[in-house]
Amino acid sequence: MYFINFFSLLILYYLSSNIKKFNPTSPLKKWINWGFLAGTAIWISGGTLEYSDVIFAQILFKILTIALISGLAYLVYTVPEFERTKTLFNAIAPFIILGIIEHFVELLAPKFYNSWEAVFETALAFAFLWAIFMYFVTRKQRKNLEIERLKAIERERELEIIEKVKASLEIEVADRTNELIRQKEELEKTLQELKSAQAQLIHAEKMASLGELTAGIAHEIQNPLNFVNNFSEVSHELIDEIQEARNKRLENANKTEEDELEEEILADIKTNLEKITHHGKRADSIVKGMLGHSRSNSGERTPSDLNALADEYLRLSFHGIRAKDKTFNADFKTDFDPSLPLVTIASQDVGRVFLNIVNNAFYACADYSKKLKNQVNLEDESLKNYIPCVKVTTRNISGTGVISISDNGPGIPENIREKIFQPFFTTKPTGMGTGLGLSLSYDIIKAHGGKIDLISEEGKGTEFIITLPLDRK
Amino acid sequence: MIKILIVDDEKDVELLFRQKFRKEVRAGEIELVFAFSGDEALMALESDNPPKVVYVFSDINMPGMTGLELLENVKSKFPDINVSMISAYGDTENYDKAIKSGAKEFFTKPIDFEEIKSEIRNFINSQ
Repeated sequence: MYFINFFSLLILYYLSSNIKKFNPTSPLKKWINWGFLAGTAIWISGGTLEYSDVIFAQILFKILTIALISGLAYLVYTVPEFERTKTLFNAIAPFIILGIIEHFVELLAPKFYNSWEAVFETALAFAFLWAIFMYFVTRKQRKNLEIERLKAIERERELEIIEKVKASLEIEVADRTNELIRQKEELEKTLQELKSAQAQLIHAEKMASLGELTAGIAHEIQNPLNFVNNFSEVSHELIDEIQEARNKRLENANKTEEDELEEEILADIKTNLEKITHHGKRADSIVKGMLGHSRSNSGERTPSDLNALADEYLRLSFHGIRAKDKTFNADFKTDFDPSLPLVTIASQDVGRVFLNIVNNAFYACADYSKKLKNQVNLEDESLKNYIPCVKVTTRNISGTGVISISDNGPGIPENIREKIFQPFFTTKPTGMGTGLGLSLSYDIIKAHGGKIDLISEEGKGTEFIITLPLDRK
Repeated sequence: MIKILIVDDEKDVELLFRQKFRKEVRAGEIELVFAFSGDEALMALESDNPPKVVYVFSDINMPGMTGLELLENVKSKFPDINVSMISAYGDTENYDKAIKSGAKEFFTKPIDFEEIKSEIRNFINSQ
């Protein structure tokens, strides 16, 4: 029994050191301390109690000893915290159990015990040896486990460091990713800008070469066309002379049938020549318009008042159209910026630009108005009282003169917006327009370092925005 | 009767002028001669000494010697002969150059024959 108490104290010691090492705040600590106290008390009192003559004291001692070790066994095998001590307990368990059995046999059947004592003693000795052997084995295992544990802690620490590095790396990666996304967006934006600049360049180049081509063709056509016109004119004069001479000769004579036939034919030839001259002149005016392309940079430049110029040509256009077409009816509005300074321009050329665009605007919305009137079932109430209106606005916007000419006409269909500045492009009926007005306007404004922009919405209207650089002070 | 030289690389100009000035030629007021290049014009002027031609109308744009070069040549060799230019390019640059080199008048194409006729009439009257 003495040994059992010794083992109890040993187990308690291990449990206590276990608690100290791994979980100093464990609520079990208190119980362990009580156990120590009880163990020590039983141990000290054991000497007197076990060998006392009072059988009751002997039994009490045994019960207390067994209770303590049983309690410890219960703790070791059920509380997970004490798992480490389990192996040690396993080592001494056979010895304890044998010890207890021996004592009870000795107590309950002394005769049997006496005859089998040697066997019990031998078993106990073996159990003891087993315990010692197991103790050392366990100790070694524990040491290994301890090393493992330290290694695990070390690994844990390394893992923690790696986690930290990983986290900071992730932040860095996120930062860089954001930076890259930002750069990508910037690049995409730049690319977009470049593409539109390229498209503009291509357009400008195309317009320039078209302008040159147009002027070149005009030059080539002009001379032969002059001959056509001149010869038709001179032939006309010659027939005049023939008719004069014939009239004189036939004044007092009777005209034969042949004479009359000749006169008729001469009159027809004259009419034909007039037709040739008429159409030749028509071609000539087209050629003049085409030649305008090569002259768009030649007008003399003087400081001019854009407001006055815009106003003048707006009225000129209005009255010009009205003189030609009595049914023409339209409204116009102006909104001029008085802060617009004088600008050095070829005022006649720029005036032509205004005239061309304003003419187009009036034409577009007056035509629209006529079409609306011919439509019987107008669903849109606002269109019933449609009044064509052209508005000219000037603005001084950070160093540039901006002249906007807008109408409330039908708008320019999307598919032809690209083409309207090309020479000979027109939507007017044959003979009504040469298709040179806007291409010429484009050239003139280009020659002044400006640009013409177009905003148009079908069914709403069209706005031409002319931007001209102001003079540098 | 005055002798007028017309210079143009387009041969049909002769036909046109002869028809346009038919009356004046028939009336014996003027005589027309033609040259189809600057060199030809100078040869025509030099063939008589002193030259009978008193007035030259010349185109400016011609292959070889241009009208403006012809103008300078004529003016240096025969300063008394009047020279007027007829050009399709009515820009200020050509006009200034022609007048500076001593051209009497500057006409633009397409030719307004009434203008030329009145110029010739004025010239005859001033003689």
